[in-house]
Amino acid sequence: MTEARHIRVTGLVQGVGFRPFVWRLARELELAGWVRNDAAGVEIAAEGETRQLDILIDRLRREAPPLARVEDVCAVSAPARGHGDFVIAASGGGAVTTAIGQDTGLCGDCLDELFKPADRRWRHPFITCTHCGPRYTLTRRLPYDRANTSLVEFPLCPDCKTEYTDPGNRRFHAETLCCPNCGPQLQLLNPAGGPLPGDAIVATLDLLQRGAIVAIKGLGGFHLVCDARNANVVARLRERKAREEKPFAVMAANAASFLPFANCDAAAQALLQAPARPVVLLPKAGIELAGIAPGIQWLGAMLPATPIQWLLFHEAAGRPAGTDWLRDPQSLLLVMTSANPGGEPLVTGNNEALQRLSGIADAFLLHDRDILLRCDDSVMRVSASGPAFLRRARGYTPCPIKLPLSGPSVLALGAALKNTLCITRGDEAFVSAHIGDLDNAATCTFLEETVEHLSGILDVRPEALACDLHPDFHSTRLAHALAERWNLPLIQVQHHHAHLAALAVEHGVSDTLIGCALDGVGLGSDGTPWGGELLSVDDDGSFARLGHLTCLPLPGGDRAAREPWRMAAAVLHRLGRGDEIALRYAAHPAAAQLNTLLERGINAPLTSSLGRVFDAAAALLGLCDNTSFEGQAAMLLEGCAARHSGALRIWGQSWHIEKNQLSLLPLLARLAEWDGSREEAAARFHLTLAHALVDWISALAPAARTVAFGGGCCLNAILTRHLSVLLEDSGRRGLFARQLPPNDGGISLGQAWVALQRIVQCGKR
Amino acid sequence: MNALDLQHGRVDLSHGSGGRAMAQLIAQLFTREFDNEFLAQGDDGARLPHTEGRLVLTTDSHVVSPLFFPGGDIGCLSVHGCINDIAVMGAQPLYLTAGFILEEGFPLADLGRIVASMAQAAREAGVLVVAGDTKVVEQGKADGVFITTAGLGVLREGVDLSGANARPGDAILVSGMLGDHGMAVLSKRENMDFGTTLLSDTAALHRLIARMLDAVPGIHVLRDPTRGGVATTLNEIATQSGVGMLIEEAKLPLRPQVAAGCELLGLDPLYIANEGKLVAICAAADAQGLLAAMRADPLGANADIIGTVGERDPHCFVQMRTSLGGLRVVDWLAGEQLPRIC
Ligand SMILES: [Fe+3]
Ligand SMILES: [Mg+2]
Ligand SMILES: [Zn+2]
Ligand SMILES: [Zn+2]
Repeated sequence: MTEARHIRVTGLVQGVGFRPFVWRLARELELAGWVRNDAAGVEIAAEGETRQLDILIDRLRREAPPLARVEDVCAVSAPARGHGDFVIAASGGGAVTTAIGQDTGLCGDCLDELFKPADRRWRHPFITCTHCGPRYTLTRRLPYDRANTSLVEFPLCPDCKTEYTDPGNRRFHAETLCCPNCGPQLQLLNPAGGPLPGDAIVATLDLLQRGAIVAIKGLGGFHLVCDARNANVVARLRERKAREEKPFAVMAANAASFLPFANCDAAAQALLQAPARPVVLLPKAGIELAGIAPGIQWLGAMLPATPIQWLLFHEAAGRPAGTDWLRDPQSLLLVMTSANPGGEPLVTGNNEALQRLSGIADAFLLHDRDILLRCDDSVMRVSASGPAFLRRARGYTPCPIKLPLSGPSVLALGAALKNTLCITRGDEAFVSAHIGDLDNAATCTFLEETVEHLSGILDVRPEALACDLHPDFHSTRLAHALAERWNLPLIQVQHHHAHLAALAVEHGVSDTLIGCALDGVGLGSDGTPWGGELLSVDDDGSFARLGHLTCLPLPGGDRAAREPWRMAAAVLHRLGRGDEIALRYAAHPAAAQLNTLLERGINAPLTSSLGRVFDAAAALLGLCDNTSFEGQAAMLLEGCAARHSGALRIWGQSWHIEKNQLSLLPLLARLAEWDGSREEAAARFHLTLAHALVDWISALAPAARTVAFGGGCCLNAILTRHLSVLLEDSGRRGLFARQLPPNDGGISLGQAWVALQRIVQCGKR
Repeated sequence: MNALDLQHGRVDLSHGSGGRAMAQLIAQLFTREFDNEFLAQGDDGARLPHTEGRLVLTTDSHVVSPLFFPGGDIGCLSVHGCINDIAVMGAQPLYLTAGFILEEGFPLADLGRIVASMAQAAREAGVLVVAGDTKVVEQGKADGVFITTAGLGVLREGVDLSGANARPGDAILVSGMLGDHGMAVLSKRENMDFGTTLLSDTAALHRLIARMLDAVPGIHVLRDPTRGGVATTLNEIATQSGVGMLIEEAKLPLRPQVAAGCELLGLDPLYIANEGKLVAICAAADAQGLLAAMRADPLGANADIIGTVGERDPHCFVQMRTSLGGLRVVDWLAGEQLPRIC
């Protein structure tokens, strides 16, 4: 029997080769009609045999192209029009609800062409197709059409036009399609902006191999690049980046090339090769690359994402034909660190690069395809519970996270450090890419631009706002200003409540959740700095504080977070050993009077933070007195623990629970006394801490079958591994962050969810 | 009625009763110290002579703990504070009034020292305290002494000083070492020293300001960065003028003791109170001339140019280039500095 169907497909179905896929499918099934994009997604009119129509609908979902994400296929009967053929029709109008795709690394087909001398795109730095390449970072607005991308500047040549209009071609309607004849041009410039002679790739590689630092334009911003095996240039890069000690990420042609330096199991390899091309933290093993990640147990590794990056490795390998060379380890190893001088947002523009990176880069590899949206590299790790984020950005935004229920659109502005924002639309939450630390004007402005851009491409108007309780976060102030400007309700959410609410969303928990926020400092509901909290998070947007870590003073406020020796001093003071402070930390001028400060309690607020306990532990073991970046002391402690081999025992009787508070003071006393190997002490600290936490949770929430763990301390892989094992041993399950980082990068989702729950709750009453 | 025992006596409730005890306190303590023809009239208000020019009137309440601190006390502080509020308007201060709230039991000897210190500060500054008031509250309802001063001055012709006058490209200057007052008071209160003794900078700025206006009549902004420090003052000006600002950490004049104290306590010197310093903003072309005039005065010897006014900026961000080369926002805090590092 012949009949007709009108089919709507929603989700991420534009710019991913969906229409040619439908076209091929319809032809194969001998159906007539048309397919077109509209603002809601893809619209199909198909007529033919009933059975064939049913197969079409089934296969639409099951065989969708690699980058597509089908949310819904909705088919209704329609009158047959007697179409003779199946065609791809022009786009329709309507409200915008479809999405822009994420940026992805080169696909296998494009890689083959890139290295095939006979191909017209051999060594073409901008090769891409419907299945790969940039999306989010070069799209100005919806709908996703070439005219709305930065490729609008580059009209297609006749050859490209043919590919673009042929539904049988892999580049049919590939909006970022181009070729050497019609595409952007690569250029290597000196710091004065003058062109350097020769083939840009050859010359860049030559500079890198001779120890130069080159700024290279990537997908979402510039990287500073140098030879990772050359300790001198690595040291020079650190010096020019203002003496930072932060670890650098390293890029190699393939996973095998990392093996002399780090372990890379199958799961890590799969993550490295994921289309998103994140930086993957590999456990170091073997040769230490000098200056790359001093003292830290992880090597940040990534594989080439852009053709430009691929071409550098291809050139270093001697410009081989084909891809066989990628089976073997390659010697070229490049530092690829985000070019964001002084902690400001990533550099994206050509002139901006020449200005802001002058004095850092010796040369600039640029092109004239503009980056329209800044997007940092994502950073991930394989954890006990699967791949986990440390930073979620390029390759993953703007993919939505499903909410347990649908509600009005909420805009949540996040915390102050590692800021992200979140906008909800229906039952989807869109978390922005990593925005940065809101301590400089450029990052604060970037947050505001991101509000505009993300609400623009999602075509939503927020109906409520959410933010932290801290009055001095720029995000909080912006939320107040927007609430006033747009006349919207503002819901302020306690920091650790938000950490755990984000986990509730991720794990689809819709009733009460017992969770532990293991964090640095966040402002508590009582105005004091919290950070080691056991909370019961309810589904109505409220929470109860079941218990917290016994407080330690924070001598000098935030200064104690930057100077872990102060936390060690706070512990010694609490242990009645304050007179040791001056001697132990004699290198610090302030040490002589710190005990007096602690005794009088001057600017030494009490905090229940676990992050500061880690700081104290690292400093008591002499691993880290002062930090140059957030979380450094805890990372060094974790790195030290990872180097321990041999038996591992807990320290018995080194914690106690009183009035719902967990005191870790006896554990810290062990460290203060320790004179054995630091590796052993660090390892035992992690294990004992996990035991103490689980003991405490069992005492305070004996009925909880699942326990969520959020907060910055959950970036510590050793701690989270111990926690999940211990919980499993006692027949319970630990919930950890998977879709977002456990640190403040995930706060905005939690804020949005709490706000949404409260709004829904209000509606019920 | 016996004479007041100014050595061992204490304030009691009768000293604020309006009766004879109060009259005696006023006569023996206040009138004697502040001795001048207007106060001597003994009426409910002071009749002041005719004055040419526009008047500037201001008032300022003073609470400080401890009342006596290295380099000063609440008495001279209350005079300097009021004079400086008049002076940064570009006015010559002429007259002050003083209101006292005394706590029952407060030693008369201490009160005597405070009043003497006020009188001396006024004399040195060339202003007259022409009216006053005293109230006494029960023990525990005040902290020793609170003093409210009001001041009257006459505006200099041709000056137009306002926090709203900062223009893109202007230079930002400070008149000297920052944070001395706040740290001196703190070190005394907490009985901690930060190296050598630190004195409060409490001082009357009107003569320095007169020199500055002689050299550069077109100064755009003058303000005294008291409570909340330079950070708060710059934010107020930036907001009033609708501009951004950029200051250089390396250019901030700081005594080593203040730097050490701030380091120990984890405080930011930009937020520490000053009582004898000013922030000036002028056209870039006038900056060197203004700086020279400031340095020629003992109260401006350590003056420096610390930054520039940026473009018009709806955010009115005040930013600082740190000694490591990064930029950070110098925030206008909601209240106390709360820990925020997660
Ligand atoms: Fe946090
Ligand atoms: Mg005042
Ligand atoms: Zn491709
Ligand atoms: Zn072309």
